[in-house]
Amino acid sequence: MAGERAAPLLNDELDIVIPTIRNLDFLEMWRPFFEPYHLIIVQDGDPSKTIKVPEGFDYELYNRNDINRILGPKASCISFKDSACRCFGYMVSKKKYIFTIDDDCFVAKNPSGEDINALEQHIKNLLSPSTPHFFNTLYDPYRDGADFVRGYPFSLREGVPTAVSHGLWLNIPDYDAPTQLVKPRERNTRYVDAVLTIPKGTIFPMCGMNLAFNRDLIGPAMYFGLMGDGQPIGRYDDMWAGWCTKVICDHLNLGVKTGLPYIWHSKASNPFVNLKKEYKGIYWQEEIIPFFQSATLPKECTTVQQCYIELAKLVKAKLSSVDPYFTKLADAMVTWIEAWDELNPSGDKLPNGAAK
Amino acid sequence: MRNPPTLLSLAIDSAVINFCRISDLSFVPEHILLELFVGKVFLRFFIKVVQSDCIRDVTATGTIEVEIVNPERMSQVIIKDDEVDIVIGALQSDLTSFMEAWRPMFSRFHLIIVKDPDLKEELKIPGGFNLNLYTKSDMDKVVGLSSTKDSKGELTDAVAQHITNLTTPATPFFFNTLYDPFSEGTDFVRGYPFSLRSGVECGLSCGLWLNLADYDAPTQALKPSARNSRYVDAVLTVPARAMLPLSGINIAFNNELIGPALLPAFRLAKEGKFRWETVEDIWTGMCAKVVCDHLRLGVKSGLPYVWRQERGSAVESLKKEWEGVQLMEEVVPFFQSVRLSEAAVTAEDCVAEIAASVTEQLGRANPMFARAAEIMVEWIKLWKQVRSQ
Repeated sequence: MAGERAAPLLNDELDIVIPTIRNLDFLEMWRPFFEPYHLIIVQDGDPSKTIKVPEGFDYELYNRNDINRILGPKASCISFKDSACRCFGYMVSKKKYIFTIDDDCFVAKNPSGEDINALEQHIKNLLSPSTPHFFNTLYDPYRDGADFVRGYPFSLREGVPTAVSHGLWLNIPDYDAPTQLVKPRERNTRYVDAVLTIPKGTIFPMCGMNLAFNRDLIGPAMYFGLMGDGQPIGRYDDMWAGWCTKVICDHLNLGVKTGLPYIWHSKASNPFVNLKKEYKGIYWQEEIIPFFQSATLPKECTTVQQCYIELAKLVKAKLSSVDPYFTKLADAMVTWIEAWDELNPSGDKLPNGAAK
Repeated sequence: MRNPPTLLSLAIDSAVINFCRISDLSFVPEHILLELFVGKVFLRFFIKVVQSDCIRDVTATGTIEVEIVNPERMSQVIIKDDEVDIVIGALQSDLTSFMEAWRPMFSRFHLIIVKDPDLKEELKIPGGFNLNLYTKSDMDKVVGLSSTKDSKGELTDAVAQHITNLTTPATPFFFNTLYDPFSEGTDFVRGYPFSLRSGVECGLSCGLWLNLADYDAPTQALKPSARNSRYVDAVLTVPARAMLPLSGINIAFNNELIGPALLPAFRLAKEGKFRWETVEDIWTGMCAKVVCDHLRLGVKSGLPYVWRQERGSAVESLKKEWEGVQLMEEVVPFFQSVRLSEAAVTAEDCVAEIAASVTEQLGRANPMFARAAEIMVEWIKLWKQVRSQ
């Protein structure tokens, strides 16, 4: 919108985490927006392959060998041959904010034809409060040109801190395999000019393609699970992290926003490959969703790590009967927290890791 | 553990939802077509389609011949015009310019015009409408609205959009990040549970306002030049158990399902004629949301927009409305926690139970709430009386 104030750059407080297996050519299009920031590249797949990073970017890169070296036996919690490995980047970052994006996501245009600075919108979302306790019909009241509507309780107008900013995608929408098979040609062309807070008590399907979060507030909850090589499901990594994150945010009185910014998603993955990955998840989901909808955390859990360990216990207790995979996953969740705490001892703020 | 659906049934369920957008079925393997027409689709969809004159001929003897005669028609929900009432509250006597502006949308429907009891002059209404005029009423809908233009610059038909909202399912139990999955060009996203994809019936459709948004008096007084110019091209279901501020300016609802919940009850001591001077609709909205949540009905918010004109002074209203603002702080925790019994299976039952809870929990502290509960009980009695005639 014309006249909207620009957000602060936060370039020394934010890391951009990118999982990749092919190349990083897409960064050229993002250069005007990303160049001021430090990148953490998590290379999945064959570690002997060299990923070429375009000139001029400040980055650190980790492949599977690095992950194994840094985490030792705890590396078992990081997925292999799946973009879920990106959460290693969250763990190893030293910054307050994370923005993560897929390597097939490009700069989109708004209805006026201007390039959308997705990162700037995410920063605006994260720096302004959320409103999970009461729904504002004019969406995010902190955006320029909006406000709380009549009837919105004044005692709730300060909002709560925003932990997550979930962006959306134009062009190829994030559909599951059955929907892709029935509607292979559908494209998302609708630009919905809104940011809104997902109400407390409501869970949602989080997509990791265009996501930002406050690492200090919620980082340890952003574990993307066990997917890919040797695992029975795939394409549920970001959703698993989203469900855990939302339950914990609701418990800790933090907000999750969704809506703007849009990116342009260019690559449609193979629906038959996707179907194979998602197959079991489609059934398991019917048990997983009621589990998360009814999960309650004791009030003694006051940190994200405590909440997450508690959730891991609940997963083991209630979902193991669905499939032994969930026992493995619950253990991996605990390993993740142990690894996180090891790499992020409290009170220890270090500058960027060395670039490769 | 539920019986997992087969992959074929998952694909067919998805196809059925999108069926009306497929104009050519020749590519579909025969055994799937048979499953679609003779199995799942037949009872739910096929008969409706044949009756609506969209398919010319179907035989099921070995081969199936289907010719889609009118693909446009197939995607329309069949709602008869005489199933819709448009209710308008008249606070000014000359309705000519308002009615003329809305004529293209209103002329098909039956109108109920309710005249403000305090208005002394005769109402001036142009001819050519099918309407009933009521001069005694409690309903207060704001006049001074006109239709607005959408992002493509076309005049939006607010009535048609409300009808679409009410006649497509709502999805209150899980949030869809692409908003209303039943809109054109969109769907449920990856991760949305399949068992929740048929949705529930929508009871209430809450529209929005461009130009003068429905802000309270303090906000409008503080920002006198604030105008809402952002057209958000979305409809979404307000999740179950999330409360929202209902604005009575631009709403539509399924009268059969939740009519009793759209109740008059909460009048302020210095209740005024301008929207800034009332919170009645806010109270009503929270009752209605509790009822919808309990009866597993949906509440949608978003499109359509109307263009709202200026009336009254926010600063003047501020002197009157502060009381309502204070009272709202007390009622929100109540509405967020009230739970109804399993015996409440109609909107009337639900309202009666809410009224009892209001008396018990809020009425003791403040006689205004006790009075509101009494009015709610009276309203239900009246509702049942009128409907049984």
